[in-house]
Amino acid sequence: MFEKWFPNVDIADLNTAIYETFYMTILSLIGTFIIGIILGLLLYLTSKGKLWENKVVYGIVAAVVNVFRAIPFIILIVLLLPFTDFLMGTIRGPSAALPALIIGSAPFYARLVEIALKEVDHGVVEAAKAMGAKNSTIMVKVLLRESTPALVSGLTVTAIALIGSTAVAGVIGAGGLGDFAYFYGFQRRQTDVVILCTVLIIILVFVIQFIGDFISNKLDKR
Amino acid sequence: MITIKNLSKTYRTKKQNITAVDQLNMTIESGEIFGVIGYSGAGKSTFVRLLNRLEEPTAGEIIIDGKDIVKQRKNELRLARQEIGMVFQHFNLLWSRTVHQNIAFPLEIAGVPKKERKAKVDHLIELVGLKGRESAYPSQLSGGQKQRVGIARALANDPKVLLCDEATSALDPETTDSILDLLVDINKRLGLTIILITHEMNVISKICHRVAVMDTGKVVEEGDAVHVFQNPQQAVTKRFVQQLDGSEKYESLSSAVLNEGTGTIIKLSFSGENVNQTIVSQTAKQCDVDINIMQGNVLQTHSGAVGSLFLQLVGSETEVEKALNFIRSANVKAEVQELV
Ligand SMILES: Nc1ncnc2c1ncn2[C@@H]1O[C@H](COP(=O)(O)OP(=O)(O)O)[C@@H](O)[C@H]1O
Ligand SMILES: [Mg+2]
Repeated sequence: MFEKWFPNVDIADLNTAIYETFYMTILSLIGTFIIGIILGLLLYLTSKGKLWENKVVYGIVAAVVNVFRAIPFIILIVLLLPFTDFLMGTIRGPSAALPALIIGSAPFYARLVEIALKEVDHGVVEAAKAMGAKNSTIMVKVLLRESTPALVSGLTVTAIALIGSTAVAGVIGAGGLGDFAYFYGFQRRQTDVVILCTVLIIILVFVIQFIGDFISNKLDKR
Repeated sequence: MITIKNLSKTYRTKKQNITAVDQLNMTIESGEIFGVIGYSGAGKSTFVRLLNRLEEPTAGEIIIDGKDIVKQRKNELRLARQEIGMVFQHFNLLWSRTVHQNIAFPLEIAGVPKKERKAKVDHLIELVGLKGRESAYPSQLSGGQKQRVGIARALANDPKVLLCDEATSALDPETTDSILDLLVDINKRLGLTIILITHEMNVISKICHRVAVMDTGKVVEEGDAVHVFQNPQQAVTKRFVQQLDGSEKYESLSSAVLNEGTGTIIKLSFSGENVNQTIVSQTAKQCDVDINIMQGNVLQTHSGAVGSLFLQLVGSETEVEKALNFIRSANVKAEVQELV
């Protein structure tokens, strides 16, 4: 059956490609999450009227975030080649795609984190202050905790964008489904491979969206 | 308990400087319910937020329990804040936490061990009457229940002072009453000092021992709550007194009613000192007169009734005279209304 519909697909190669896509998406998502939360918190806390109000720091962080968000991903990969080589020791394979993937999507997620934190009622922060809470307690137990549903849905959006980026990274030989489709489909004109990869990516996106919505709804007690 | 000296707060904005609190001096005794009333923008919220330094004072001293809050450093201030409970107009509960977890939050902040926390929270839930709702989320509670959580949370670390900023302003009148009853109960049971900010006169009249009237950052009138009502000096205060169901309207009886009525019409004035609340029925029993209640506006305050009541007494001249003497002997002012 499978061979009849997809005569040109090599199952072993496909498995590797799927594995590589998962590998890149999951690891870069973890990196994006950590850096995005840090940058997002920094943006929020240093903005006007907040715990660490500081125009200079806010200006610098905001500028960095904006610059990296403005660079198209395909160009970012090329720009980062020397950095990637230095960091990972290679510029090929799924691991080599990670720095570009993380640097490309962390600023995006940081903005989503900032928006999520802004949605936390200032009165609640004030109540925590009035109870004598430390800033660290306010950050963890009030700001981050109260915004978890928004942080999760933001992460879902970011994860889906990341899957798109992993496919683009395939062009420079990062592996994964994008690479697979490009190599067999575009260079060898094997349309069935392209279609299969597309279907798989669509399924992956749907599953992530579903899981993300589910978790976010579960956490949302408003 | 709390002494405030020359407390001022000026907000500096680009356009102008706003002095929200202007050279305030005040002394609040231990265990009293102290009300601060004023119209919107009078500086009440700023004042109460200065007390736990949610706002930094521009000048002045705030001495709570012998310690000057204004001079305290960050860590000292955090510890001091744990001993000052605060209740907010919009409750400010954490919606991601259940009732139990919300009340436990200040205990977590104070580093109370988990076991003790649970016992304490259970006790507080009982105190504010929320038993059975401990695992509900704030979104599943009514406004009054949310405020009960807010109050329990404010009490968690056994504060000496409770600050309430418009704690009942988002609630309907009946819920307001139940929350005020709760505050009185807490005040009596725990001997807690309560500072209550409001723009509603009935809140003050129901539970406050003393009151300060604020206008444009200054206290314009201050004293025993009942006394301030009865003898309002300032225009602002007079306006607040009128807020009590438009009591002005009931201060006199229209001449039409006066002239048509048979018998003697008298006006009783209650000044808050008289505890005897069955005066009307007792008069009827003691003297051979029929009593008709014409109109009136009487407000029950924590120290007795305040207001006036017009009665029509029908009976012989001597019995009416006897009734008047009886009422006066109960310490109620009684005036005979002359026909016009
Ligand atoms: N953060 C602030 N910045 C500038 N002005 C403020 C700020 N907070 C309050 N004010 C001003 O201070 C005055 C008193 O406000 P507030 O204390 O909130 O009054 P109230 O609680 O009696 O309604 C108002 O004129 C208000 O506009
Ligand atoms: Mg206010």
